Amino acid sequence: MSARARTHRRTAVLFLAPTVLIVGALVAYPIVFSFWMSLRSADGSRFVGLANYVEMLTSPGTRRAIANNAVWVVVAPTVVTVLGLMFAVLTDRVRLVKAVRLALFMPMAISFLAAGVTFRLVYDEDPNRGALNAAVVAVHDTFAPASPYPGATVREGSGLRVVDDGAVVTPGTVAAGAVVRLPLVGLPADAVPGHAGEAVPPAAGPGVRGLVWRDFTPGDAGTPGVVDPGEYGLPDVLVEVLRDGEVVAETYTDAYGRFVVPELAGGGYSVRLAAGNFTEPFRGLTWLGPGLVTPAIIGSYIWIWAGFAMVVISAGLASVPRSAVDAARVDGASEWQGLRLVTVPFLRPVLAVVAVTLVINVLKIFDLVLVLAPESVQPEASVLGLEMYHASFTQLNTGLGSAMAVLLFALVLPGMAWRARLLRRQELR
Amino acid sequence: MSAAGTAGTAGTAAAPATFVRTDVPRLRPAPTVPSGPPRPGLVRRLWRRASEVVTQVTVLGVTAVWLLPTLGLAMASLRTAGDNSVTGWWTALAEPNQLTVENYVALLSNETILRSLWNTVLITVPSTVLVVVVGAFAAYALTWLEFPGRDWLLVVLVALIVVPVQVAILPNARLFDLLGIYGHLAGVVLFHVAFGLPLAVFLLRGFFRSIPQDLVAAARLDGGSELAVFARVVLPLSGPALAALAIFQFLWVWNDLLVALVFATAESAPITYALREQMRAFSSNIDVIGPGAFLSMSVPLIVFFAFQRYFVHGVLAGSTK
Repeated sequence: MSARARTHRRTAVLFLAPTVLIVGALVAYPIVFSFWMSLRSADGSRFVGLANYVEMLTSPGTRRAIANNAVWVVVAPTVVTVLGLMFAVLTDRVRLVKAVRLALFMPMAISFLAAGVTFRLVYDEDPNRGALNAAVVAVHDTFAPASPYPGATVREGSGLRVVDDGAVVTPGTVAAGAVVRLPLVGLPADAVPGHAGEAVPPAAGPGVRGLVWRDFTPGDAGTPGVVDPGEYGLPDVLVEVLRDGEVVAETYTDAYGRFVVPELAGGGYSVRLAAGNFTEPFRGLTWLGPGLVTPAIIGSYIWIWAGFAMVVISAGLASVPRSAVDAARVDGASEWQGLRLVTVPFLRPVLAVVAVTLVINVLKIFDLVLVLAPESVQPEASVLGLEMYHASFTQLNTGLGSAMAVLLFALVLPGMAWRARLLRRQELR
Repeated sequence: MSAAGTAGTAGTAAAPATFVRTDVPRLRPAPTVPSGPPRPGLVRRLWRRASEVVTQVTVLGVTAVWLLPTLGLAMASLRTAGDNSVTGWWTALAEPNQLTVENYVALLSNETILRSLWNTVLITVPSTVLVVVVGAFAAYALTWLEFPGRDWLLVVLVALIVVPVQVAILPNARLFDLLGIYGHLAGVVLFHVAFGLPLAVFLLRGFFRSIPQDLVAAARLDGGSELAVFARVVLPLSGPALAALAIFQFLWVWNDLLVALVFATAESAPITYALREQMRAFSSNIDVIGPGAFLSMSVPLIVFFAFQRYFVHGVLAGSTK
């Protein structure tokens, strides 16, 4: 052996010893040790074979976690990669590229804990506090205006019925010329609009006519079902007149609560106050409730990682030959076709790197779920990483915890092989 | 510098180096009153202009949406718990007198939070320094020294980048217990160093390889020992790569929660751990959690904005962790 080779060897041992020692003891060896522990009982005292794996795959808690992991692995990397591609392509052609990209990339620097706190605020269920529900309610109310009298109900003893969908109907039939009285209660005083006047029954006359009013006097002094002084009419109530189950006329009450449909004659009518008058206001969605919690957490994950995908993809974008794109455009390809048929195929390796990176990252997801899912819905939102933590440190079942750790490791194994292959192909000759 | 320049180009659009005019300006008669049908191509130009405007507006809209959550946290942290329990942070835009530094003042006298913030520093700084130093030695050996099994060792180290932290927490908890560092800052630091090293070796080796071989060979011929070549030739050239790695590791450790939950105690808890404790009663503790979370993310954000070029380089070079 030459002197130089000897120096190299000796130096290599010195230079590499700390790394090999630390990584060997704290990263590599635990893989083996976890496997060994996964075959042992909760406190590690007995050999139990595959019992922990059986428990892991049969207990409803971990099965749900595995199912959630599957949703995560399919949805999050796909959405993040597609968004990243869109952001990379779009930001490429606007002013303020740098500032925009920086803003989109910024969440990458934030901890999952801080992001969790941030999104707890975003997802707050009360639309007065939660930004997302405030926006959702605003959009909803633009297209479907809020009902004027949510929660109103009929005065007992008036004979009015509330049907299944919440509409109010008169009992029996009504003939033209009569005055229908529709007393409503259950409305706070401030539910009566400012322009409402004291209730005045319409004068007798042709057609179907009537009065809708708030049958309540301050101090409860009035007589139920009777229009007492100080009781207000309810304006803008949608009134439907029916005959044989068909709506034959529609009108709204005036400021005094009156309505008249003069052209109707004869009898056999009934009057219905549409359900839309009384529906409870839309209050947004329960983002962090059992049904939506996983999509909501994935949403915050997307917020964090889309910038990462954008940065990596736009670096790849810079290497797409300009001439290929231009040639496609000269040949008459549209913007979209150019993107789909030229740019994306060139980017395929980059997109693969992004997607695989995200899959590996998503498999280990832990903090975001722990922080963002409220305690009561954690079981619904759980993922393997979280189950592993709870099994090991809440239930102190090291056997089961290790089995989950081994499963997690097995799931990232293809990613590991992929990395090693990439390295061999690109760097080692 | 040049290396950092090429590495950091991801943030800038690839602009054409030179602009060549292909259309030769034509002489036209003096403009007269416009008449006749619009020139051909106008519709197309308008269409193109419109799509540019739409793109610009879309991008700015998305950017605004992306900034809103952070803005919301910042605003909420500047409002009293009472205000936060009744209305959303955006009402402060209309009534700026809601904003107060009260929560931050209270936070400065909250010993648990202050100590945990200091613990975060005590964990992050040594973890970062150790990973950079230890990793640099290893990467040098794996790049510039010849010894049997080198490629094999490299492949194993790189493959270990993707090992989930969860695989190691139980065995290492047991090991640290034996060593008597379970629950101590030293244990947390050691764990982070171990999980930072594989990526460090990969990132630094990728950069060291780009140093011209002649430079290293010349230094050796001049009689420099390997340590001298490493310290005087390779390291001084590797500033950008070391910076990228340091920032990556810094953010990773600063933002960690899982390792802290397992390996720290209330005494040695970093800020993420302390805030997580408060989150059991989220809405009643929002006056601590809000400013605490904002304070805890302000440091990574400053680091991010100050060194984003290096960070981008790190992300591009080793985009798996």
